[in-house]
Amino acid sequence: MGLLEVEDIHVSYGNVRALKGISLAVNEGEIATLIGGNGAGKTTTLKTISGLLRPAQGLVRLGGERIDQVPPHKIVRMGISHCPEGRKVFHRMTVLENLEIGAFGRKNGATTREDIARVFDLFARLKDRQAQLAGTLSGGEQQMLAIGRALMAQPKVLLLDEPSMGLAPLMVETIFAIIRDINAQGTTILLVEQNALMALSVAHRGFVLQTGEIVLHDTADKLQTNETVRKAYLGEE
Amino acid sequence: MSSVHKGAFDSVRDWSHRLAPPWISQVLGRHKRLTLATLFLLALLLPLRADSYQVHILGYIGLFAMMGVGLNVVVGFAGLLDLGYVAFFAIGAYTYALLASPQFGLHIPFWFVIPVAVAIAALAGVLLGIPVLRMRGDYLAIVTLGFGEIIRLVLNNLDPVTRGPQGLSSIDRPSIPLISFTLDTPIHFYYLILIACVLSMFIAGRLENSRVGRAWVAMREDEDAAAAMGVDLIKYKLLAFAIGASFAGFGGVIFAARQGSIFPADFTLMVSINVLALVIIGGMGSIPGVVVGAIILVGLPEVLRDIQQFRMLVFGALLVAMMIFRPEGFISAARQRSEVQRIRELGSVKTTS
Repeated sequence: MGLLEVEDIHVSYGNVRALKGISLAVNEGEIATLIGGNGAGKTTTLKTISGLLRPAQGLVRLGGERIDQVPPHKIVRMGISHCPEGRKVFHRMTVLENLEIGAFGRKNGATTREDIARVFDLFARLKDRQAQLAGTLSGGEQQMLAIGRALMAQPKVLLLDEPSMGLAPLMVETIFAIIRDINAQGTTILLVEQNALMALSVAHRGFVLQTGEIVLHDTADKLQTNETVRKAYLGEE
Repeated sequence: MSSVHKGAFDSVRDWSHRLAPPWISQVLGRHKRLTLATLFLLALLLPLRADSYQVHILGYIGLFAMMGVGLNVVVGFAGLLDLGYVAFFAIGAYTYALLASPQFGLHIPFWFVIPVAVAIAALAGVLLGIPVLRMRGDYLAIVTLGFGEIIRLVLNNLDPVTRGPQGLSSIDRPSIPLISFTLDTPIHFYYLILIACVLSMFIAGRLENSRVGRAWVAMREDEDAAAAMGVDLIKYKLLAFAIGASFAGFGGVIFAARQGSIFPADFTLMVSINVLALVIIGGMGSIPGVVVGAIILVGLPEVLRDIQQFRMLVFGALLVAMMIFRPEGFISAARQRSEVQRIRELGSVKTTS
């Protein structure tokens, strides 16, 4: 039984069926990745888990407890933190304020400073820029901030939506190394990526999503050598 | 960006910055207590040098500043564009007028009506808030505008209760019980309004730097991201509407007591627009800005009474000019400055490695 379980969820935007009954489970301590092309339903899946969208059918469980009807702010408190697609840092707030708001859902404000220190350990560049407005950061720094902000909620499960989007290859390397570190420190991660090669290189297990359905799931190593995956997502003939 | 060629507006914009600008904010930031004390003292002494009519206008400026502070919570802090704000002012005013006039023969003391009217206005704010929870920007503006008009039309047509366009008159003057002192001159009301203003600003200032204020700013920046951070959007939106409305309700009670008689025509869309304009001109999200905005928008037309018929033209021109030259308003919001200060106080956060 996984820490985070998604069972047969269906989600629609009006008449468009985005998810047609997908199921997946993320085990405690692992990095699981959800890969697939544009419009496959990756972001929709994450938004449904974090409560920003409601499934028409199916259920989501965290540690055995159903959360599919729980409002998003309570889900954060229960231990799921969502780092959204396109980073969405608060542009007119400083780096430090962004991090502080990340701890908003928590009751114990006393440990906020320690957590800020922890984020600065992971992302030294943010420390130098703590008084700077988030909107003035580079794309990579904003991604770091978005991840750091999500960590401030002290999540059991961290949902990462396309952390590599729009970043230079070197920055992508940096971000993924940090994702591995965060996982090594004990946070379970569900990673959504278009960059399948990169995602499978850090993940333990992977799910392949295609037009709203999971078509494959296996360990990351096996998916990396799977012929279908290699053809469809890793750009090999 | 600075290497781009300078447009015609740029030189004027530079000039306007030298005229008003960053330094006012800086002085306000650095010597905040001193500045506030000086301004308060000035406000305290001002009526002594003014005639009764001028004091009346000063009171009017104060009432608008109070409404501005309330609307600033909704629009400036929480980013919810509300064009029906006058409705809450009307609700406050009519609550007092109905509870303290010959209309129903009720003469409930002013001081008891204040909490009642504030609560009713806040409740009205929540009632407006619920249907518009999922709306943003233009749509929100249109619905709130409609709400403002509905309240005014109800007041205008509910004859048995409000006496319609004839309005309510002989509204009780507030009195202070123990010393049996009745407030009835413009100067008395000026000081009452001044106290109410200071109280409103104090509350708004505290809210701005609180947990609630943070949630509002996050919500204003990006609703989805705020929700993902654990901000309960429903709660904080309704809270913004309720708090904003309660300030206007409070102002409405004082307005009714001061005027002695009120009419639905006192609560037109124009009042909402004026309050919004003074918030924008003063500096969205900035409390001192609201005061400056109120002085300019309410005070200036009085000074320019001779050209009364051009008033709207001047308003329009002023708004357009502000949008071009100082889009952040006369006194921009203090958030960034205080943040830099706070970091200095905090010292650099120590890292463990």
